[in-house]
Amino acid sequence: MIYFDYAATTPIDKRVIKSMAPFLNEKFGNPSSMHSFSGDTKKALEKSRSIIAKAINANSEEIIFTSSATESNNMALKGIAFAKKSGHILVSSIEHDCVLNTAKWLGKNGFEVEFLPVNRDGIVDPKEVEKRIKKNTILVSVMHVNNEIGTIQPIEKIGRICKKNNIYFHSDAAQSFSKIPIDITNIDLLTISSQKIYGPKGAAALFIKGGVKIEPLLHGGGQEKGLRSSTENVPAIVGFAKATEIAISTMEKEQERLTKLRDKIIEKLTKEVPNCYLNGHRTKRVSNNINIRFSFIEGEAILFMLNSYGIAVSTASACSSPKLEPSHVLSAMGLKQEEAHGSIRISLGRMTKESEVNYLLKVLPEVVKKLREISPHK
Amino acid sequence: MNYSKEVLKHFSKPHNYGKIDDYDGLGRVGNMACGDEMFVYIKVKDNIIKDIKFETFGCVAAIATSSVLTDLAKKKSIEDALKITKQDVVDALGALPPIKIHCSVLAIDALTQAVYDYYIKNKLPISKELEEKHNQIIKRESCHS
Repeated sequence: MIYFDYAATTPIDKRVIKSMAPFLNEKFGNPSSMHSFSGDTKKALEKSRSIIAKAINANSEEIIFTSSATESNNMALKGIAFAKKSGHILVSSIEHDCVLNTAKWLGKNGFEVEFLPVNRDGIVDPKEVEKRIKKNTILVSVMHVNNEIGTIQPIEKIGRICKKNNIYFHSDAAQSFSKIPIDITNIDLLTISSQKIYGPKGAAALFIKGGVKIEPLLHGGGQEKGLRSSTENVPAIVGFAKATEIAISTMEKEQERLTKLRDKIIEKLTKEVPNCYLNGHRTKRVSNNINIRFSFIEGEAILFMLNSYGIAVSTASACSSPKLEPSHVLSAMGLKQEEAHGSIRISLGRMTKESEVNYLLKVLPEVVKKLREISPHK
Repeated sequence: MNYSKEVLKHFSKPHNYGKIDDYDGLGRVGNMACGDEMFVYIKVKDNIIKDIKFETFGCVAAIATSSVLTDLAKKKSIEDALKITKQDVVDALGALPPIKIHCSVLAIDALTQAVYDYYIKNKLPISKELEEKHNQIIKRESCHS
């Protein structure tokens, strides 16, 4: 099987596994304990924190470890909302469900929540943010890179607008961290995750800029400066830090390599397959994302047929969703339902080889042709 | 999505797909906006469905149910073909995920419409039951109902 679903999750790098191993067994102490068993784990935890802080030019005290990007995003939105007690929250309409559904929940619980539109290319216009800011706006949340279509959002500009208006700005960087440089100058809260960067699942972080006050989601023993009680998941956090080190040190070269492969796929498919279109901006997109649609056929069918050829991709087509609803991202971009149905996401990663891309480019047009033969529309 | 072996078999090698140019009846149901659309073509001789073909836009389940429906209806008398139920389609496929059951309904609807079209074209008497079924099908406006 060839894996083209790195945006969903990544395998753990062997070097990361090696770095974690001692903490799964001999170095098992609870970092909060007083005896010698805790020494190594406490040190490893703080070293990991400083590695991750350095990767985004933050201070160690500004990094709070969590269990997932979902938790970090919940913590950012609910944490600010609960600290402010009331107010208006602006969220982009193409956020990951963990931001969208948190915002919707806050909307049902007394907060005023508004969704920012995106243009046809899947990008938020900073002017739309400016236009919607009100006296009682407490938080704006716009992701750095969209998980479905890979578009890069103008978070520096949006951050500047928020700063000027004295509003907290949160960005979900789960899909961009260690792929695109992140400037946190105008960002108050930032979500990053381990499982997207060849680290283990179960580790993520929320950067909370010094001075930003938020309420915790979890109350207990007071770990993570009282903001996230729970015994720290040291093995996963150590792995997260190692994964960060590797990804940051190879970022430039790797992104160049993936961009070439991405562009090869986009150009070849849109040129050689009739009625095939790219979803999302052509160049303002992360190096590893191709979201493409084929008229007259359906995404789940494409996915399964590719799977039978040994190729794994993903789709946000309605037929593949538990509620039979089309992707909220593609709908927000203004795609018609029948356009959204035929979309698939191909995402590349560290193990992607040119030969794999060539195989995909050989098989995918055949699959499209075969499904179109079955379709009443050609 | 967890599909049965039989569903995946029909999906990857569908039976009876394509067009019958000189069809005697054509049933068209669903639409692309809803995510599935099916065309069923029939060729009838001496009240027997001599040939049947389908064209489907849709997911794995939509294609597999179309394929298996054509198998079930082929060589049957029109009366017997109209007796095929969604349970017959599901049984022939081993199983269908609950969320995909509507695909089997769509396939049966397409066949019903094809028969109706054949009756109309040949000015044959239409039973009250078929007329009612036909009316129900065209009344279904929302997706996946």
